[in-house]
Amino acid sequence: MNGDDDDEVVAASAVDTSLPLEWRFSQVFGERSAGEEVQEVDVISAIEFDHSGDHLATGDRGGRVVLFERSPVTNSSGGDRRDVEETDYPPLRHPEFRYKTEFQSHDPEFDYLKSLEIEEKINKIRWCQTANGALFLLSTNDKTIKYWKVQDKKIKKICQVNSDPPGNASSSSITTACLGNGGGVPEAISSLRLPVVTSHESSPVARCRRVYSHAHDYHINSISNNSDGETFISADDLRINLWNLEISNQSFNIVDVKPEKMEDLSEVITAAEFHPTHCNMLAYSSSKGSIRLLDLRQSALCDSHSKLFEEPEAAGPKSFFTEIIASVSDIKFAREGRYLLSRDYMTLKLWDINMDSGPVSTFQVHEYLKPKLCDLYENDSIFDKFECCISGNGLRAATGSYSNLFRVFGVSPGSTETATLEATRNPMRRHVPVPSKPSRLGGIARVVGRGTESPAVDGSSSNALDYKTKLLHLAWHPSENSIACAAGNSLYMYYA
Amino acid sequence: MAMVDEPLYPIALLIDELKNDDIQLRLNSIRRLSTIARALGEERTRKELIPFLSENSDDDDEVLLAMAEELGVFIPFVGGIEHAHVLLPPLESLCTVEETSVREKAVDSLCKIGSQMKESDLVDSFVPLVKRLAAGEWFAARVSACGLFHVAYQGCTDVLKTELRSSYGQLCQDDMPMVRRAAASNLGKFATTVESTFLNAEIMTMFDGLTKDEQDSVRLLAVEGCAALGKLLEPQECVARILPVIVNFSQDKSWRVRYMVANQLYELCEAVGPDCTKTDLVPAYVRLLRDNEAEVRIAAAGKVTKFCQLLNPELAIQHILPCVKELSSDSSQHVRSALASVIMGMAPILGKDSTIEHLLPIFLSLLKDEFPDVRLNIISKLDQVNQVIGIDLLSQSLLPAIVELAEDRHWRVRLAIIEYVPLLASQLGIGFFDDKLGALCMQWMQDKVYSIREAAANNLKRLAEEFGSEWAMQHIVPQVLDMVNNPHYLHRMMALRAISLMAPVMGSEITCSKFLPVVVEASKDRVPNIKFNVAKLLQSLIPIVDQSVVDKTIRQCLVDLSEDPDVDVRYFANQALRSIDAAAVAQS
Repeated sequence: MNGDDDDEVVAASAVDTSLPLEWRFSQVFGERSAGEEVQEVDVISAIEFDHSGDHLATGDRGGRVVLFERSPVTNSSGGDRRDVEETDYPPLRHPEFRYKTEFQSHDPEFDYLKSLEIEEKINKIRWCQTANGALFLLSTNDKTIKYWKVQDKKIKKICQVNSDPPGNASSSSITTACLGNGGGVPEAISSLRLPVVTSHESSPVARCRRVYSHAHDYHINSISNNSDGETFISADDLRINLWNLEISNQSFNIVDVKPEKMEDLSEVITAAEFHPTHCNMLAYSSSKGSIRLLDLRQSALCDSHSKLFEEPEAAGPKSFFTEIIASVSDIKFAREGRYLLSRDYMTLKLWDINMDSGPVSTFQVHEYLKPKLCDLYENDSIFDKFECCISGNGLRAATGSYSNLFRVFGVSPGSTETATLEATRNPMRRHVPVPSKPSRLGGIARVVGRGTESPAVDGSSSNALDYKTKLLHLAWHPSENSIACAAGNSLYMYYA
Repeated sequence: MAMVDEPLYPIALLIDELKNDDIQLRLNSIRRLSTIARALGEERTRKELIPFLSENSDDDDEVLLAMAEELGVFIPFVGGIEHAHVLLPPLESLCTVEETSVREKAVDSLCKIGSQMKESDLVDSFVPLVKRLAAGEWFAARVSACGLFHVAYQGCTDVLKTELRSSYGQLCQDDMPMVRRAAASNLGKFATTVESTFLNAEIMTMFDGLTKDEQDSVRLLAVEGCAALGKLLEPQECVARILPVIVNFSQDKSWRVRYMVANQLYELCEAVGPDCTKTDLVPAYVRLLRDNEAEVRIAAAGKVTKFCQLLNPELAIQHILPCVKELSSDSSQHVRSALASVIMGMAPILGKDSTIEHLLPIFLSLLKDEFPDVRLNIISKLDQVNQVIGIDLLSQSLLPAIVELAEDRHWRVRLAIIEYVPLLASQLGIGFFDDKLGALCMQWMQDKVYSIREAAANNLKRLAEEFGSEWAMQHIVPQVLDMVNNPHYLHRMMALRAISLMAPVMGSEITCSKFLPVVVEASKDRVPNIKFNVAKLLQSLIPIVDQSVVDKTIRQCLVDLSEDPDVDVRYFANQALRSIDAAAVAQS
């Protein structure tokens, strides 16, 4: 059933998606003016679209969460937006977003028992089920997960009260009523009034509904909602815990890879995600480059995985860096849950969860860095954790690189599409622009080759490569070809 | 402040505070909503207060929760049953908030109100409310709706009933798992109100759908439905339709579903009746007892006694006992612990011979378990087995287990065993106790941990109560009095504590002859802590002993203490002296 769905999607979208996309700049928030220093606290550390694609959330190192909402220009009625989209509404314009609100999600803390400072940096944001017109999301720093509700609240003013301060005009009416009747009780009762509330304009208000804390000894790297709508997981370096959204004082440990002696530690958990539709399936990746698929039905403590996805050992010579660059930095399920995208330092890989012999395809993200691994190790860049994202239709995937570059790959079978963009107002500035016409003839495929960097790019960018400006976080709109990515403190959005 | 009429002023304040910025004040006002309503009168309550509350549904959850609760008992304040419908709108809006506890309370209150409403009112206002919620845009409304059908259904017209049934059927297939979960957990309640013809056809179809749901969380709630529906169906229908589902569930791929079956097994057995239990559910239960998931075994092991009560001893010995034997050496300590907490209950079911033959070895092996909780669970239920086989057979292995627990590394374990000592004492009898346990009781008095020493002192009191003061005079009192001379001041203090606890039990004579001289001696201790504890102790002795003793001995001792250099000693001595005076005044 699952496979059929995928085929349908591929078949249906094959018509308009065989062409490589032409990416255009859409918007930027928090653009840096020339020479402006980036404040550390403003650096974006998490990006996430909600399920409808109408909202976008970013988290930053300063513990703030900023929400953006889709500008209503594209659609007339806000409430039925989903219906409108379903009824084959041609997107007249690309999605445009506007600032909605922001709130301080996490503050710096100090763990006195362990003498540890806990940074306020937001590691991950995940959207939850919308209810009653309010938005719900989970945000986490290294240790504490918080459940937020953001709702438009009317600003209220209360007038007409019974006991006004002296001098207020309205109080005199009660006084006279009482005096006039000599304190007669029936009349006096009628003088009791309920407060009248007048509402003025509304503004979004964020309220923290629950705090899930004290469950992680190590740093939380992922949170992920279950399709059942009531549970979520949080993963740190060695353990994965299962929570009920409504219960913040207990969680169940479902994966524990901590060895008896810490000296024996050879592998840590780097990311974890629930399957998008099967409530019992969960994938997590490790620093050794493997991805494990778990079935929560099998047992309470999932020590044994039901499937293991690993790259078959490469024959070539191993270097000191082989193991370091194998570490998976992010995994994402495609929408139907059959395919799984993973990112390690050098590559982006697509896996079919029905095929555990190896990835379906591997894309080189920045092959030209291979000779520079030693430098990258020395300046710790080799430990950078790049995220990856996959488009709603599962045809393309994107991931980041250095110099604020990010790359988009066609991941559907037979696709040779690759694009390199820079997170600036002019994404194609430093690159050979993707020729829109010739690509139809497959020209670019012959020249560039599948998933490899074009020589021109290699030549032009490697000299000027800037390890400090790295594009770690990005997200793909769930239903449209729109990508949001973070370059330092700026949020850039592109569409095709 | 304005001059609202004097008696009304508090109420005016309460009303104003319904909208105060301070949540505590709002909460306080909501809690006293009935007072406000009474002051306003029925009509104004209906016309003003209730509409006002209806618009209040964006308040804090705590306030909303209190409001949902208050409104459930508000019928008298709006003018009785005929006006009950005015209460529905505020509760309806509370049914749609996203906080589960508020919704649940609102549903509760609506059920309370609906069950009192007249049939015509029910049809006019309650049923439309349920239909609105069931068709709600957000899942929260639909979740709430599931809990209201059973009230709405009664007293409806046939047309409406058909509508409600189909509406519930849709909720069972809702896109949102939360709604399906609510539908699954309320199906049993709804089914009790549905006529039997529809029960077999429609409700069972919904049930079948839920049992095949792809979400584990829905399926496991359907397990509870098995028991509820089974009780409503004719026996042969139940066997034909429910039993296969239970057997299937007991082999579900998800351990959580199997866990639910294990937990609910007793109710499920009741539903299908004894015959099917013996033929079909015994194998299912045996499978659960041998499940590869420890959580499932824990749940199953905890039900072993209840399940055996449904069987005859032969079946229990033949099928269940072998599993119990395996579980007693299960790799999970929690499984063994769960087994230990119920296994003693099997003794009366199996009878003396079978117990000695089959159960006793299991008891004994659990008593030697390396995990203290397991041993404690056995000891705590000792009385049950004692009634069947007598203590003699057990005592040989019991004693080492107790001694080991008494010296366990974890003070909480020691504490737990101390609490069982009086029970053990009564079960084992004086003779056995004197030989083996008496020494332990005194040893605890000198434990490193205060809680243990405190519990030990209490234990001495309870033993004195159990065996009487004469026995206590021989076996406890001398040791306690000895301890007053212990070089360690904390131990001396413990002796005083024991004296103060035992004095009321031992009575005036022994207190005067044995305890008092020692206490007076202790008042000359060099440690101030001891001295002010003496003062406190003397104070507690006042009601026990004669007035003459108070005047002669206690007062003098306290007067001495009240001139002590230490401020605390003086303080407590003076307090005790004052209480002597107070007692004297009270008597005269």
